[in-house]
Amino acid sequence: MKEFILILVSSVLVNNYVLSQTLGICPFLGVSKKLNQAVGMGMAVTFVMVIATAVTWPIQNFILSSFDLGYLQTIVFILVIAALVQLVELFLKKAVPALHKALGVYLPLITTNCAVLAVCINALKDNNVPDMGSATFLYALLYAFGSGIGFLLAMVMFAGVRERIAASKPPKAFEGTPITLISAAIVSFAFLGFEGLFSKL
Amino acid sequence: MPDFVPIITATIVVTAIGLLCSVMLVIASKVFAVKVDEKCEKIRECLPGANCGACGYAGCDSYAKALSLAEETNTGLCTPGAAKVAADISDVLGVAPAEITRKVARVHCNGNCDNTSKKAVFMGSQSCASAKLLYGGDGKCVYGCLGFGDCVTVCEYDAIHINNGVAQVDIDSCTACSRCVRACPNGLIEIVPVDKHTVVKCSNEEKGAVARKNCNVACIGCMKCERNCPTNAIVVKDNLARINYIRCIACGECAAACPTGAIEYNK
Repeated sequence: MKEFILILVSSVLVNNYVLSQTLGICPFLGVSKKLNQAVGMGMAVTFVMVIATAVTWPIQNFILSSFDLGYLQTIVFILVIAALVQLVELFLKKAVPALHKALGVYLPLITTNCAVLAVCINALKDNNVPDMGSATFLYALLYAFGSGIGFLLAMVMFAGVRERIAASKPPKAFEGTPITLISAAIVSFAFLGFEGLFSKL
Repeated sequence: MPDFVPIITATIVVTAIGLLCSVMLVIASKVFAVKVDEKCEKIRECLPGANCGACGYAGCDSYAKALSLAEETNTGLCTPGAAKVAADISDVLGVAPAEITRKVARVHCNGNCDNTSKKAVFMGSQSCASAKLLYGGDGKCVYGCLGFGDCVTVCEYDAIHINNGVAQVDIDSCTACSRCVRACPNGLIEIVPVDKHTVVKCSNEEKGAVARKNCNVACIGCMKCERNCPTNAIVVKDNLARINYIRCIACGECAAACPTGAIEYNK
């Protein structure tokens, strides 16, 4: 049980993909203008991260490792994730049209999101959490889920920050993108505070 | 002799995974195929694609969908497309084309600079909507045309212009898309069949004396038009004459009777 909590805390807060590892910045800055869009994107990313890990974990452990082809990880994973997202989109269009409409353009956008690829690769490592032992399938899934939730958290938080920025009046030179990047940096600094969390546990 | 085995294994494995993915996607696209109604697409191609909303639907796509699902039977709702689009849609659906009378926008105000005057000078943002916010506008008549041209801005066909302080529709280029109807904060514009030449050029609901004091061509609610109308198409309500265009035969009797010239009849 302790491991489960540790994995979640680690992936959501300490190693937050956007704010601590600076991956997946494109959707983080691109789709965080409005809260409902940010939530939609965050949910879609979480969803894709979990199913992508569920597929890439066995591919790595049963196919690539047994042929001694670990170095092909990146290219194979990109291939698989892209196909998978397409498949999910087709399935949703048929089975849950409402959800398909809600996710809209976000699903295909995620296809080439580096955060998804990074989660798939990192979920294979056994050092996600100190003293945890080897990464089993269940732990990998949990890690992917936590990372997705971390992404969602970052998106929602930053959407709130951006709504405040839109209402305020920064100096002329900082208007638009500059003030957005500066705020992103400050939010990222705030997440540095979680860094020392594990030494206390 | 270098060892080719790892290269060959790698190629085979990646090719196999790629093939597997593509086969899976091909099967999935067949299994999960969503039927797109052919009719719907054909109808959509007939429509102009301006998404103006004149048909009463959210856009051309929703109108096409409603037609293809037989939720909507009137093929003549697209006013910008007029008779041609109605005929095309009727062809696709295999029904008799709906009878179309061309419609145009008419402005219910004639308060130009000669007939009425300003009560103040408005220095704010030059739009009807913002002028309206300040004591109903800068004109003496708060029901009339504000003259900042919000309707001109939204018109895609260059069919409405501010002329001498009041909006005027160019009947030939107007497509009755209703954009100006929605843009006017005073609700002065109405979509009317083009062959009905009788238009009440006033929207003032104040008592006759007050309305007349503010504008030379105001409707004073005297009901002369009501008495002279052979088809009971014109009725005075809230001190203002209103024409029911279903009954109106465009004979011009009301315009001839009007003492202030508030009713326009130009055939």
